[in-house]
Parts: sequence; C-alpha cells; structure tokens
Amino acid sequence: MQILQYLINGISIGAVYAIIALGYTMVYGIAKMLNFAHGDVIMVGAYISFCVTNYLGLPAALSVAAAVVVCTLLGIAIEGLAYKPLRGTPSLAVLITAIGVSYFLQNAAQLIWSSSPKNFTSVVAMEPISLADGQLVITGEVLLTVCVSALVMVGLTLFTGKTRTGKAMRAVSEDRAAAQLMGINVNRTISTTFAIGSALAAVAGVLLCSTVPTLMPTTGSMPGIRAFTAAVFGGIGSIPGAMLGGILLGIIETFSKAYLSTQFSDAIVFSVLIIILLVKPAGLLGKQIQEKV
Amino acid sequence: MKKFVAMLMVLAMVAAMFAGCGNAEKPAATEAPAASDAPAATEAPAADAPAADAPAADAPALKIGLTGPMTGPAAAYGLAVRAGMEVAVEEINAKGGLQIEFKSEDDEADGSDKAVSAYNSLKDWGMQMFAGAVTTGSSLAIAAETNADGIFMLTPSASAVDVAAPYDNVYQMCFTDPNQGASAAELMAAKWPEATIGVIYDSSDAYSTGIADGFLAKAAELSLNVAVSDAAFTADTKADLSTQVTKCKDAGCDLVFLPFYYTEASQVLTYANTIGYKPTFFGCDGMDGILTVEGFDTALAEGLVLMTPFDANASDEATASFVAKFKEKMDGLVPNQFAADGYDVIYAMYNACVAAGVDGSTAPADVCAAMQEQFAAMSVDGLTGKGMTWDEVGAISKAPAAVTISDGVYVPMG
Amino acid sequence: MKKILNNKTRRTNLMTYLLVIVTFGVMQSLSSAGMLGSSMKGFLVPICVYVSLAVSLNLLVGICGELSLGHAGFMGIGAFTGILVAALLKEKIPTDALRLLCAMGCGGLMAGVVGFLIGIPVLRLRGDYLAIVTLAFGEIMKNIIGNLYAGVDSEGFHMAISTSKMKMEAGAKYIINGPLGATGVQKIATFSMGFVLVMFTLFVVLNLVNSKEGRAIKAVRDNRIAAESVGINVTVFRMKAFVVSAFLAGMAGALFGLNYSSVTATKFNFNTSINILVFVVLGGMGNILGSVISATVLYVLPEAMRSLQDYRMILYAVVLILVMLFTWSPKVKEVTSVMSDKLVRIFRKKEVGTNE
Repeated sequence: MQILQYLINGISIGAVYAIIALGYTMVYGIAKMLNFAHGDVIMVGAYISFCVTNYLGLPAALSVAAAVVVCTLLGIAIEGLAYKPLRGTPSLAVLITAIGVSYFLQNAAQLIWSSSPKNFTSVVAMEPISLADGQLVITGEVLLTVCVSALVMVGLTLFTGKTRTGKAMRAVSEDRAAAQLMGINVNRTISTTFAIGSALAAVAGVLLCSTVPTLMPTTGSMPGIRAFTAAVFGGIGSIPGAMLGGILLGIIETFSKAYLSTQFSDAIVFSVLIIILLVKPAGLLGKQIQEKV
Repeated sequence: MKKFVAMLMVLAMVAAMFAGCGNAEKPAATEAPAASDAPAATEAPAADAPAADAPAADAPALKIGLTGPMTGPAAAYGLAVRAGMEVAVEEINAKGGLQIEFKSEDDEADGSDKAVSAYNSLKDWGMQMFAGAVTTGSSLAIAAETNADGIFMLTPSASAVDVAAPYDNVYQMCFTDPNQGASAAELMAAKWPEATIGVIYDSSDAYSTGIADGFLAKAAELSLNVAVSDAAFTADTKADLSTQVTKCKDAGCDLVFLPFYYTEASQVLTYANTIGYKPTFFGCDGMDGILTVEGFDTALAEGLVLMTPFDANASDEATASFVAKFKEKMDGLVPNQFAADGYDVIYAMYNACVAAGVDGSTAPADVCAAMQEQFAAMSVDGLTGKGMTWDEVGAISKAPAAVTISDGVYVPMG
Repeated sequence: MKKILNNKTRRTNLMTYLLVIVTFGVMQSLSSAGMLGSSMKGFLVPICVYVSLAVSLNLLVGICGELSLGHAGFMGIGAFTGILVAALLKEKIPTDALRLLCAMGCGGLMAGVVGFLIGIPVLRLRGDYLAIVTLAFGEIMKNIIGNLYAGVDSEGFHMAISTSKMKMEAGAKYIINGPLGATGVQKIATFSMGFVLVMFTLFVVLNLVNSKEGRAIKAVRDNRIAAESVGINVTVFRMKAFVVSAFLAGMAGALFGLNYSSVTATKFNFNTSINILVFVVLGGMGNILGSVISATVLYVLPEAMRSLQDYRMILYAVVLILVMLFTWSPKVKEVTSVMSDKLVRIFRKKEVGTNE
C-alpha cells in the first residue's frame, strides 16, 4: 500500500514534469534550440492565473484561459524580439539569449508581483479519493495532470502528423533549407511552434502550482531544468518520449527519496539519467540519427 | 583591421567601466574619516582633517549598511529585513538628534564572492557599522571580513553558531540554530513526552540543518521517540515534499517538526491536509510569516505550534505602530520576524551609539570598540524580546516564546 | 621578431599575454599605491578566477565544439580539495604562497582525475546530450559536496557524507561542514597568484590550440568524419581537451575557495556554469582574448550597476540580450561591418595622405 502511495506521488510530480517537457521538446525538435526561458514562462502563466482568480474573483477555467492567452502572446513577443534576429546563428548564441530572457522574466516578475511567496489555489475543486482506509490517497490534481498531459501528448502527435501546419513543422525540423525550398514559411512555422509551446507552458504553470502550491518568481526555474532533463531522458524532440521521460523521472525521484536517501536523491536521479544515456545515447524513445558523409 | 577596431572599442568600454568604478569610489574615500583631505577641508573650514570633536548638533550621520538577498529565491527575506530597518531609521531620523544614513546592497544570498563584493561596496561608501547579512551563508563570508577590517557587525537573522562565535566583533539578533533545536526538544519533552516525532528538514540549508542537528542531539538526550529523522529535502527538490510527509505518516508520527521557512512549510501543510494527515506540526522562528502568505488557507495552520520571538498581532503599542508603518511601506504586507529583527538591530545599534557618544565622525574601528563595550553590558527592549542581552561570543539571550495558532492568530502556550 | 609578428595567430597570442601582463602591472601598482577602493581590490582575485574558467571552458566549447554545462562542478571539486589541502598542510608548509600553490595543484589534479573518470563513459555522447550529462554531473557534485563533512581531531583526519557517521571528538574543528560548507577558511589567495594562474591557463590553452593536437581538435570539431578518415583518433583528443579543461577549472576553483573565509557547495550550481558559458559565448567561441575580456567586463558589470538597486539584475538581463543581438544578429553584423569598413577606409586614406 505504501509503495502504491509513493508511486502515485511520483506520477503526480512526474506528470507535471511531463507537461513541461512536452513544451521543451516541441520547441527543441522544431527550432533546434534549448529554450531555457520556458520554465519562466510557466511561472508567468501561474501568476496570471493566480491574479485572475484571487484579484478578479473569476472562476478557475477563465483564469486558465487568461494564462494561455497571455503566455502565448508573451511567447510570440519573446520569439520575435529575442530569438528571431538570431536565426541561422550557432545554437549557443540563442541559448545565451534564452538565459538572458529567463533572468529578465524572473526579475520582472519580482518587480511586478513582489518576491513574497504566494500560495496558489488549486484549480481542482474535487475532494481527494481515499482508498483502503485513507492509506492510499489520490488527489484530483494527480488525475487532472495525468489526463491533461496524456491529452496534450496525443493532441500534439496528431497535430504534427495530420495537419498542414504540423507537417510543415516536421519538415522544418528535418531540413530547414529543403522546407524553405518547398515553399514553407520557416519563420512563421517556428513562431507558431513558440506560440504553441508557450500556451502549453501556461497550462503547465497552472498544473504545477496546483500540485505544488508555492508561487514565487523563481518557481519555474528548477522544475524547468528537471523537465529539460526529462525531455532528454525520453529522447529530446520525441513527443511520447517527453511524456515517458517526465513520468519516469518523477517516479525515480520519489522512490529514491522514499527508499534510498532523501539527501542524495538529486545525485541518484542524475546518475540514473547518465546511465540511461550511456546505454541509449539518444534517450529512451529518441531516434539515433545516422551521420552521412 | 576590422577586428582591431572592434577590439579597441571593447578595450575602451572596459577602460570606461573601470574609470566609472574609480569615480564611484572617490567620494566614499573622502567621506571616510582620516582619509584624504581636499573636499573635507572645504566642508569643514578651520580644520584640515575631519575633526572627531565636531559639535553634536550638526554631527555627520551614522552610516549603517546591510547586505541581503534582494533578488533571487531568497529575496522575500532580504526585502523584509531591509524594510524593517528602514522603518526604524525613519523613526530615529524623525526624532532629531543623532541621524542615521542607511544603505543596503544585494548579495544574492551568495556565500562567497557576491557577498564580499556587496560588503566591499558598502565599505567604499563609508559604512561604520554593518547590520547584516540576512542569510547565514553571506554572513559567514562577511564576518571574517568585518573582523579583519574592525567593523562592528550585528546580524538580524544569520543564526549559525559559526557566524558570531569565532569573532569578537560579530553579534546576533536571532537565536542560534542548535539552541533553538534544543529548546524545541525541551518543549516537546515537557508537552508531548509520549509523542512519536518526525523531522523534515532542508539538508541544503545551513539554518535548517543546524536546528535539526541541535534538535536530534537534545532529543536523544531526553530520550524522545523520534521515528523519522531522515526526511530531508534540498533546495532543488523542494518542489515536491509529498514523499517526506508520506514517510512521517507511514511511521505513525503524531508530532512533526518542521525547522524551515514558511514558504516550504505552507507546502507541507497543504499536502498533509490533502491526504488527510493531521498530526501536530511544530515550527521554528522561520515559520513566522505563514499566516501572511497570500492565498494560503490559514485554516490549514490551525493548531500549528511555533517558537517565534515576534507576533504581528501583539497588542502592545510598539508592535502596532511598527506593523502599520511596515504595511504602508510594503503594500500592505504584514511584517514577519525577519522584519522585526531588522528593526531591533537598528534600535540596538542606535541605543548603543547614543550611550557611547558615537556619531558619524567616529572611525569604524573606534565604533567597533565602543559597541563591544556597550553590548557586553547593555539590555535592549525590542519587538522580538524584552531585556535582550548578549553573551561574550555575541549570541543573544532572549526568551523563546512558543505560540499555537488558533483562529488565525498566535496564542501564547500556557 | 618581425617573423613572429607577421604570423596572425602568434600576433594575437602575444597581444593576449601583453594585455594580461600590462593590466596586472597597472592594477598591482594602483593597488600598492592605495588608489583602489575595497570593491576594486575585492574584484581582482575573482576576475582572475573567472578569466581562467572562461578560457578553460572555451577550450572545450569553442575549440572542441562540445557544450558543457557542468564547468562549475569542476570548479567546486577544485575549491573544496584546495581548502582541505591548505588546511591539512598548515603546519607542514608555513609559507602561504607555497601552500596555495600546493592547494591549487591538488585542486586541479583532483578535478582532472574526476574529469578523466567521467570522460571515459560520457565523451561517447555529443551535442546536447553531452550538455545534459555535464549538467547532471554538476548537480551530482553539488549534491555530494553539500553533504560532505571533513575535519581533524587528535585521532587524525575524518571524512564522511553524513553527520552521524562523523566520529569526531566534541568541539573539534570541522573543515567542511555539510550545508554550511567550508567555514573559517584561512584566506591565502593573492592577486599575484591569480595573475600566475591566468598566465598558466593562457599558456596551456594557447599552446594546445596552436599545436598539432590543437589542429586535430579543431578538425574534429569542424568535421569529425573527415578527421577520422585521415587517422585522427577523435576520442583521445576530446578526452585530452576535457581533462585539461577540468584541471584548469579545478585550479581556478582552489584559488576561489581560498579567497573567501567561507564557501558553500551551492555556489557551484547550474547558474555559475551558465555564467561562465555566457562569458565564453559573448567573448567569441574559440577566441581566447575575447574570453579574457568578456569575463572581466561581465564580472564587473553587475557590480558597477549597484547604484541601480532593485533594477540592477533586470537591466543586466536586458544588457545581456542586447549584446547578444548586437554581436550575433546577421542583420546587425551587416550594418556594423559596413560601418567599420567605412571607418577603416577613412583611416587608410589618412594614412596614405600623410605618407605622401
């Protein structure tokens, strides 16, 4: 019973990692850049949702919608101002810009919302399900996060597989020059990717803070790095991989805390990551791309 | 050639920056007593050295500096201390008489280079007394510097023993960690001798680990029943504290000790409530502030026990006026013990300076000597305690007050 | 002499050394003349540390083309090894400078050995996967060091990874104390030693870059398959660069650790690694002189902006983004190259004019 509870805890935090990782992997797969500001967009999404519910008194669903709208606009703005001018330069240059954006968002959030922590009110109104005399508790947040991340995963897979824009994204991901030759507007496709990634970040922010209620300007950064790890774990660029990587990372983290050592859980999680990457250098579900001469 | 031009431009930029730094330092150097003579001579005619025997009426203001995290994850604590100190400084300056000039710098809660450079920039400003640092890590790095420079240091909130004990010029306004852990254990032995106890702590944080270690040592001595003592988390894994809570629940703990800050504690309380786990939670001074976390359901903190020297709801006049002024300054934020400790630090320094006849023209080393003399004998009444005194290593002695939260306010424990 | 100056790389290298020597000379004389404020004096050693960190990371990122996000991990190993060594050798080597050298050597060696051990499995990966593994390594190191306890009592040296396992006598002094980090460290680092470190780092890196091996490393970066086909053993060269880079970072870390009376493991986190990377990228990948300058400028920049108080870090972020856009954006580059071409032309014309 105890082990099941730990498993649920692991899935709970893992599903949050998964949904953040989906955004990461999407942007990486298509724009080929590590967007380290992704975690901070999540934080902005959570703040927007918090403000809409607590200051305007609007229902949770509306607050999520507001967060999605704001984050999408924010994502487009960041992409247009900070990333687009650097298209075609080494990916490292964009990486550093992304770090600059991340610092900017954190400090701007501190100036706007102050540094005092806020306690996020969960968007789930459901009473937790209690099984086996309260020994096993499943919260509404867990169910919601798992469902949403699964839905997003399926949605994204269908989107990139079936729709025109989605196919364009895949084309840009495989060969940017060839895609351009085929008449695909590469710039617009990448901007669309950022918009979708940021919208996902808003949802992730709401779910993250519903699960872990503390909201501060730095709330997004650590889960962001964790989710990035999860995305690599599952094979960066792979949509089901991000999902699998996130959930597995959450479970490994929880189990190492529960049964091995709470002090060294970081070291354990990252060691497992290194070992997996050594066995499968492109992550669990990543494709090993053969280099051509 | 193009590269050469670019390089020249960069070099020019570097030169400009160094020049900028240099300029910023110049006035500070001249303001410091016993430094160069030019501007001082123009300001104080008839004397070519800034005289220490200037009349008290227009004596230069005392310069007190603070470093603390003003940005980053710990910024809430640094900004609270800063605002608390500013309230005290404004009160004192409004009174007339000895004036205080106060300056704060951001040390990003860094335990080495950033802390020292924040402190150095205050030194260049001409600081006479150091009222920081806010976090233990920064204080450890800076304490050695103040000791070498002979600058008096009174930290509001850095609670590790190693901050003050090795240096005779460093004093603390808060309890030391092991002491707090030990008194928590004593209180538990008195109130809940039969309880099964669980301890959750932050193993990446000196404050939390210090209290937990002090607590566990004392608990072993008092043979308390500690069932869970390895439920630690780190700054990187605090996003998810459910495992630690579950551990305590599974071990059947009915008393859970939470020696860390209210930020994480609110998370523990929320999760415990979700899974229907209702032990008695027991916090330390870092827990103060939990009721003011925006959006936090204070009902969850019902029955929480904490040892805090400060209560924002206290009815005495001093507290009420402090709380009102602080709220005005910080957009309605209710002050916590960080702010109150900061306020007390400024008053303790001010009182000692008035008693010793120290003002802005006294050299920092002389200030330090005078302060040490004063603090050895002085007793201070402040927001965080009455009749506070300091021992020879600079640790404070004030009564730890345990309170329970009932209906959203602190109620002293009988 | 003329021959040396005609060779472009040699000229740049010479300029790099000269710049460092002249800067050191100027700063040292200013400092001994008492013309530097406490802040400036305080910057001297950390600038040296960050310059050598940036140069050593540039070897890995710029020259080899391997993205590493765990450079601070090596710095941390060096710092704590250096602190331990310096504390243990206190009686045996009373001369501070000598003890510092020993500590830095040991710090570098330890980091180099760890770099080698990690390099064996890890260097099979490349690109972003290598980046994430180095990030993971940095986090593991931070986690372990943050729980490390070491100290000396009458029974000798003790070391453990939890308080309960430390069988120290009561009241004995801890050298490294878990999350508190190393406290009460005797500060023996000096600016002169910082200068020596920077010169040593430059010497090692520049020589490696301009040697046969350096050319091989660059060949591996530009086209691994082609390099392999002409018989360059890729793994050996990558490993060499990785270990040298770790070694230098360890030395710099030791100097850093011994410059402050306390250091905690959390200092050597992801953010520090990223900061060093920012120095490298802004200075220009593979451009050693650029790393030296950008590390200096970017280290001092946030400090010089202190008067902005709470707006300091947000403006730093803005400056960072703008600098990146201005130095890398193809459009901006076009504009600046046209401008500087014009400048150069005017300059040349004048030169020609005076000659006539």
